[in-house]
Amino acid sequence: MSTATGIALAVTEPGPLHRLGGWIRNDIRGAVSLGFLLLLVVVSLLAPVIAPYSPTEQDYNAALAPMSAAHWLGADDLGRDTLSRLIYGAPATLYACSLAVGIALLLGVPVGLIAGYFGGWVDDVISRIIDTLLSFPAIVLAIAVTGALGIGLTNGMISVGIVFSPQLARLVRARTLVVRGELYVDAARCFGAPTSRILSRHILPNTIQPVIVQVTLLLAGALLAEASLSFLGLGIQPPNPSWGAMLARAYQNMEIAPEQMYPPGLAILFTALAFNTLGESLRIALDPTAKRR
Amino acid sequence: MLSATKRRIIGRRMLQTIPVIVLSTFIVFGLLKLVPGDIAVTLAGENATDQRIAEIRQMYGLDQPFLVQYGEWLWKAVQGDLSKSLLSGEAVLTSIARCFPNTLLIVVMGLSIALMVGIPLGIAAASRPGSWLDGLVMSIASLGVAIPNFWLAMLLVAFFALGLNWLPATGSVPFGEDPGGALRHALLPAIALASGGVAEVSRQLRSSLVEILSSQQVRTLHAKGLSPSNILWRHGLKNVSVNLLTVISLLANRMLAATVVVEAVFAIPGMGGLIVNAAINRDFPVVQGVVFAMVLVVVLINLTADVLYSVLDPRIS
Repeated sequence: MSTATGIALAVTEPGPLHRLGGWIRNDIRGAVSLGFLLLLVVVSLLAPVIAPYSPTEQDYNAALAPMSAAHWLGADDLGRDTLSRLIYGAPATLYACSLAVGIALLLGVPVGLIAGYFGGWVDDVISRIIDTLLSFPAIVLAIAVTGALGIGLTNGMISVGIVFSPQLARLVRARTLVVRGELYVDAARCFGAPTSRILSRHILPNTIQPVIVQVTLLLAGALLAEASLSFLGLGIQPPNPSWGAMLARAYQNMEIAPEQMYPPGLAILFTALAFNTLGESLRIALDPTAKRR
Repeated sequence: MLSATKRRIIGRRMLQTIPVIVLSTFIVFGLLKLVPGDIAVTLAGENATDQRIAEIRQMYGLDQPFLVQYGEWLWKAVQGDLSKSLLSGEAVLTSIARCFPNTLLIVVMGLSIALMVGIPLGIAAASRPGSWLDGLVMSIASLGVAIPNFWLAMLLVAFFALGLNWLPATGSVPFGEDPGGALRHALLPAIALASGGVAEVSRQLRSSLVEILSSQQVRTLHAKGLSPSNILWRHGLKNVSVNLLTVISLLANRMLAATVVVEAVFAIPGMGGLIVNAAINRDFPVVQGVVFAMVLVVVLINLTADVLYSVLDPRIS
């Protein structure tokens, strides 16, 4: 009897696609954020087509030019078109964010799984290391690691990924602790499934929901970290464009051309806002117990 | 004064910091091992003389096994010798002692601003959940989390320092010499730092207040005929005030991180400037020293928060 009801429930439950559709209708903020981020991806892919100038092309006659028909958003102190640099900053940003969060996932998820699944002294040691790493102010540690690896966007974002990984490890560990006691995990173990299979097929899928939410929030963190590192001169190196590096240039010329600091600043703000809002929406959409807004 | 149980809890909590500190020294020293290639050659930089390379190798004991290197480094660190800057030759501890007060001032001010603005906002939002005021406060909070501190810092400089000329744009004054001037210099950086904190404080306070106010216990108070404001101030805030401690220790950690970039905008000679310059020039003893000092501060703040927590929480007795 109880199995029959279980099946009936499973059939009537809306599929993930249906739920996604419902989510867009219900949650306009989340949908707008997702749309904005998709737009950013399109801009990144089409940057060479849409940008009116090359991002590194210098035109000294246009140095610190105000907004005009030729330069919609003006130009920086070397006469480089701000709109073009903003557009070319998008792929740099997306690359940086994906790299950092990818590294954080690669390091954090397996470590969290191992700590949570095996427990005992393994968990004690890993948890202690995670706690310690989380005591380091994130960007300070990222700066130190960048300093060690060598300055540059890729090294900078690898550092940020390393620094973010304990957050994911802690999250996955906590979920794994809950899931490993479930009956189906015991069943798999009884059937003699190897540990690697139990971890990858039974535990990992059940930890994925909070990880997805956290990844979205970490993307926002990585974006701000990239902007900060590039602003400090530890990230992207000239003449390559990045929003943080553009802000650093704009700051040097703030007294002559203060309007130059708005385009990159707003780009960072909106993208970070979109990631955060999307993360919040996903949390509510994926968690059936969360209250609707 | 304190019960024996509380004293034991506090004692155990203090003991727990020891492995964290030991591990963090290991991580701080381990940073050196991330340097690619021959560490001494890389750190010495381009056009370094053989003598210079040998000197650095000697300083870190790089010709010895890793654990011996670590042990010697740790032994010196315990005695307060964080070795010397590769660039200026100044003792790292001296640089930190010079820079830390500037950082501390803006972090403490930033934290105070975050609490002074965030607490009223959180209470206002929680007292009428779902109202336009709640929506406004929560929107401000999302904005505060997403806005890059250093961009906000630039905007503040543009408006209040360069535009209105109310406050100095850059630099800092030692607090001991001129307290008023020091506070004036620190105000804009502190506001820039506080933006994320205001958001965090108001969000946390709102969510825990809303939870308390919709609990059974509060429903009983309503039924007893207590006025809503009485319930909010007497019963709601009393229950969530302890949660604020956790938020404060979290914020202190975040602000110590954010201050690095904000200091760069305001050209404040603090810990941020110290580590950024050191990282760019691969001045590794300084990098390690600053990271270690920052971790120690965070560990101490977390410890203090936890100890206060167990002292204040009546459930722990």
